[in-house]
Amino acid sequence: MTDVTSIATDTKTPALRIRDVAKTFSTPHGDVVALKPVSIDIKQGEFIAIIGPSGCGKSTLMNAVGGLLEDYEGTVEVDGKVVRGCHQEIGMVFQEESTFPWRTALDNVAFPLEAAGVGKEERHAKAMELLNLVGLDGFENRFPAELSGGMRQRIAIARTLAFKPRILLMDEPFAALDEQTRLLLGDKVLQIQQELNQTTMLITHNIAEAVQLADRVLIMTFRPGTIKRVVDIDLPRPRSSKMMGGERFGHFVATIWEDLREEASKGLLELEQVRST
Amino acid sequence: MTAVNTATVVPPVRRRAAGKPLLPPLVARLLFLVFAIGFWEVASRYGWINAFTAPAPSAIWSGFIQIIVAGELGAAFVRTFLEALAASAIGAIGGIAIGWWLHSSKKIGLAYTSWVAAAASAPLVLLYPLFLVIFGRNSSTIVAMGALGCMPPIILKAKDGLDGVRPVLLNVGRAFSLTPRQQFTMIQFPAALPVIFTGIRIGLLFAIINVVGVEFLIAFGGLGELISDLGDRFDYPAMYAAIFFVVLVSIAFFYLTEKLEIWLLSSK
Repeated sequence: MTDVTSIATDTKTPALRIRDVAKTFSTPHGDVVALKPVSIDIKQGEFIAIIGPSGCGKSTLMNAVGGLLEDYEGTVEVDGKVVRGCHQEIGMVFQEESTFPWRTALDNVAFPLEAAGVGKEERHAKAMELLNLVGLDGFENRFPAELSGGMRQRIAIARTLAFKPRILLMDEPFAALDEQTRLLLGDKVLQIQQELNQTTMLITHNIAEAVQLADRVLIMTFRPGTIKRVVDIDLPRPRSSKMMGGERFGHFVATIWEDLREEASKGLLELEQVRST
Repeated sequence: MTAVNTATVVPPVRRRAAGKPLLPPLVARLLFLVFAIGFWEVASRYGWINAFTAPAPSAIWSGFIQIIVAGELGAAFVRTFLEALAASAIGAIGGIAIGWWLHSSKKIGLAYTSWVAAAASAPLVLLYPLFLVIFGRNSSTIVAMGALGCMPPIILKAKDGLDGVRPVLLNVGRAFSLTPRQQFTMIQFPAALPVIFTGIRIGLLFAIINVVGVEFLIAFGGLGELISDLGDRFDYPAMYAAIFFVVLVSIAFFYLTEKLEIWLLSSK
């Protein structure tokens, strides 16, 4: 396990550097601090997971890094260059269903290439490669409505990868899926991440998912959110969901829950107080 | 003593499934039409109603054949169709543009949407004298009135459709650094299209009504003028034939666009 202060001390230029990113929202009832300064360094090819109770600012952090939120304090650097706003080096996969229902699987994946002016033949060839990568070859001419939730989320992942982003951000990408699909899709994400050596930042509520996928798990405090603790997951790679029954896996889940329980309890207490008023 | 079988054999009763209509809808509709037309025919022939002002269906059918053979109906239909098409195209482009404008600014949307809703329910065809002054007595007035009539429902549905685009789809576009134009053409418009299409379908019908109405009022070509002309000649069977033709064209148009909408939604 690592102490909070050592999160951002790697001397080599990291693929993604988040420096003192913080956000305060102004509301009619006064300012709400959603995120206290957060600093994280992520190495090339590293997979980190950020876990925390609802309302801790995980999505705010992701939106700031991904560029959907531009009005924040601190800086985000990709390969040492400060970026603000949406950037092609950073790809995002969203929690909600985000495939375009009027496009086939192939045209969904080819979407960013089409927007960039890549020719039809080339973009379709690239999209087919990515559909193969996510295990959807044979479904290229299907519309999203004809596919399952897990398949649609794989299309969204392939579409994000089409642009070859240096950093892949995933905001609870499996939240809307059933447990079995979630586990299998986790395996698929691991396989893709290992094949492409893709630097990845995952936001999740699910402890087992974080342990299954990540090299490091960052636990966030309840509002105002900041990094409470970092847990290094030294499970061997390549990994898969088969590891979930292992003793070491259980140890990490228990360790993370120990810290997370306190924060989740604070969130639950606040929710109950709001409801009682 | 022999046992007496007191049980009676009850023949099985065939019951209708709950909610199933007595007659299939199509048969029910056809039966109603046959009954109504038959009653009208008898009432007209036996003098229960004035056969001059309300001629029998058989006389109307003869009038229909007469205006087809004379070439009046075909020429009038083509003219009305082209005017309605031009009006709908202008109305759709203008309506979608104004709908986008109301969508793009919350303040503008709040300020003017209720005006558009009021215009949608107002008899805009009564503004035709103003358009006569602006465009003169020609096809431009008819097309302009048709476009004006079909615009309000298209504006309202375009705004509704664009307002209803899921934010996550817009975020996908932002994450891929799409330009505002790409964001509209590649995400907002196709996502809103099913709702916009409903507006266009209603707008097209409003365009036909306005075009025929203005043709009738200013007696300048098309089915509207044909109806007006036949009425002035007291050729009521042919006049009713032309009126029913307009009604049938509107119904056919509504039916076809409805099928097209269902096909568009189901295939995507």
